[in-house]
Amino acid sequence: MKYDQARWTDDGDDRYEPLLSEKANETVEIEDAALPDDLTRDSLTLPDPAEPELARHYTRLSQMNYGVESGPFPLGSCTMKYNPSFTEDVAARPDAAIHPDRPDATVQGTLALCHRLQDYLGRIGGMDAVTLQPPAGAAGEFTGIEIAKAYHEANDEERREVVIPDSAHGTNFATAAMAGYEVVELPSDDDGRVDTEALAAAVGDDTAALMLTNPNTLGLFERDIEEIADLVHDAGGLLYYDGANLNALLGRARPGDMGFDVMHYNVHKTFATPHGGGGPGAGPVGVREGLARFLPNPHVRERDGNYEYYEPEASIGKVHGFYGNWPVLVKAFAYIARLGDAGLRDASAKAVLNANYLAEQIDYDVPFGPFHHEFVASAGEQDAADAAKRMLDYGVHPPTTKWPEIVDEALMTEPTEGETKRSLDQLAAAFDAVAAEDDETLAAAPSRPAARRIDQVSAARNPRLSWQALDDA
Amino acid sequence: MSFDVPDDLRYLDTHEWVRATDATAEIGISDFAQDELGDVVFVELPDEGAELTAGEDFGVVESIKAVSDVYAPVSGTVTAVNDRLRDEPELLNEDPYGDGWMLEIDLTDESELDDLLSPADYRDQIE
Repeated sequence: MKYDQARWTDDGDDRYEPLLSEKANETVEIEDAALPDDLTRDSLTLPDPAEPELARHYTRLSQMNYGVESGPFPLGSCTMKYNPSFTEDVAARPDAAIHPDRPDATVQGTLALCHRLQDYLGRIGGMDAVTLQPPAGAAGEFTGIEIAKAYHEANDEERREVVIPDSAHGTNFATAAMAGYEVVELPSDDDGRVDTEALAAAVGDDTAALMLTNPNTLGLFERDIEEIADLVHDAGGLLYYDGANLNALLGRARPGDMGFDVMHYNVHKTFATPHGGGGPGAGPVGVREGLARFLPNPHVRERDGNYEYYEPEASIGKVHGFYGNWPVLVKAFAYIARLGDAGLRDASAKAVLNANYLAEQIDYDVPFGPFHHEFVASAGEQDAADAAKRMLDYGVHPPTTKWPEIVDEALMTEPTEGETKRSLDQLAAAFDAVAAEDDETLAAAPSRPAARRIDQVSAARNPRLSWQALDDA
Repeated sequence: MSFDVPDDLRYLDTHEWVRATDATAEIGISDFAQDELGDVVFVELPDEGAELTAGEDFGVVESIKAVSDVYAPVSGTVTAVNDRLRDEPELLNEDPYGDGWMLEIDLTDESELDDLLSPADYRDQIE
């Protein structure tokens, strides 16, 4: 029997290393609770590990995982990418730890950094004013659409619809619905882009905004963006830019120059601020000049050489506490400042070059192009989810599968700017090995990772919850 | 692949079926719908007595792949709910026109049945 990695058992042949909670438990008897009997229990079983056991437990868990520091990870900026760690060092400096309630005069450095980041992001996106308050990309979307709503209301216009292409991120639909709008879904045309005839038919007096990602989720640049902008603006609507794919355009093209009125920046996708397990995050929002008065409260400005918080005159209010998640903003600032104009241009060049190199190397068909920083291959006759599970056996993380839905058995692949040619070749070898395999092999995969094939149906129908597991112990 | 489309039912273009007997009707989702969804893991249905409006959503079907609304083909009052789906959502996959039925309703307006798709028209739509 070979012992290479502690694994969860899923058949009798596996060597079974017990979980910590299974080998080091202590049952605590509970007496005399102040609460009524039907709300309390008599005993509770808790893990009772010694320090070495605890250290080994967490090391073992990390070994079971495949992370951005384990190998190539083509989920891309959309979900998970490797980010340089120097930004963590900057955000962890003791002098970056600032209480958010300190008077403006005592935190001039903090406010100066916010003001400069507002300026950097504005120049990168071609926007006139930027708020740093929203705590995530999705929160930024919501903020942006609330600003659009406030703008229309200030003009005494009641517009009830937000138009969104069918290839858009799911958050766009959720944002529009949450802001109280009806969603009008726009079908893509045959080349995977916005169908301008369909758009012309869809927009009108009820259109509050068009939400657009450019390049879109297929990695395709919306070549008709000027015509699209005219169609939306002529109908009296605003053009909203979803910043998810901004890393394809950094230093080369700006949403503001394309006619976009409002945008959010996904700093975790574009400016090296890792998600950190779902948060905290930041989703700054940029607007053109006429919309600046609606920005959330507070905003930072400079007056007579001093920086201060103030409330924009027609502010939509607060979307998060204080001025957003400060340490995340420090990381984004550090990344932009270190790379500079040339570095940001280099990042977008490498993001696009890496995606195009990888697509060229793999045997799967890529139906839509020319693409930028990501591409959507089709697994063809194979099941994309099975192909993805099989890639784990070749020591790489698979791409996003089965989305966007306009490509059959989609393998949505974004290597990102950070990967080397060596990593891309390793990824390509994994893609091609899987592409050549039969359905039976794919359906049995994966066999090497700590967790074998998960029975998704049973997991969803009969979830084993952790508090129940503790009770069973 | 061909899907079962029983001849004694009427269909909605969003893949629900109706089995009408006089002023009452059974409602469920089609064989095509269950196949598209894949393994169903959760079904949410209204309570007895709820009012359905034709064309509006009345419940949710959750599968491994997607969470989908289910739309009322006709208007009416719910008189029975298939409680077995709560613990055995797989019935929707195994027997969509039989044990996987969802609701029984009293029809508000029998003429709404005329607006639904015939088996032949529905077959055309999904092929």
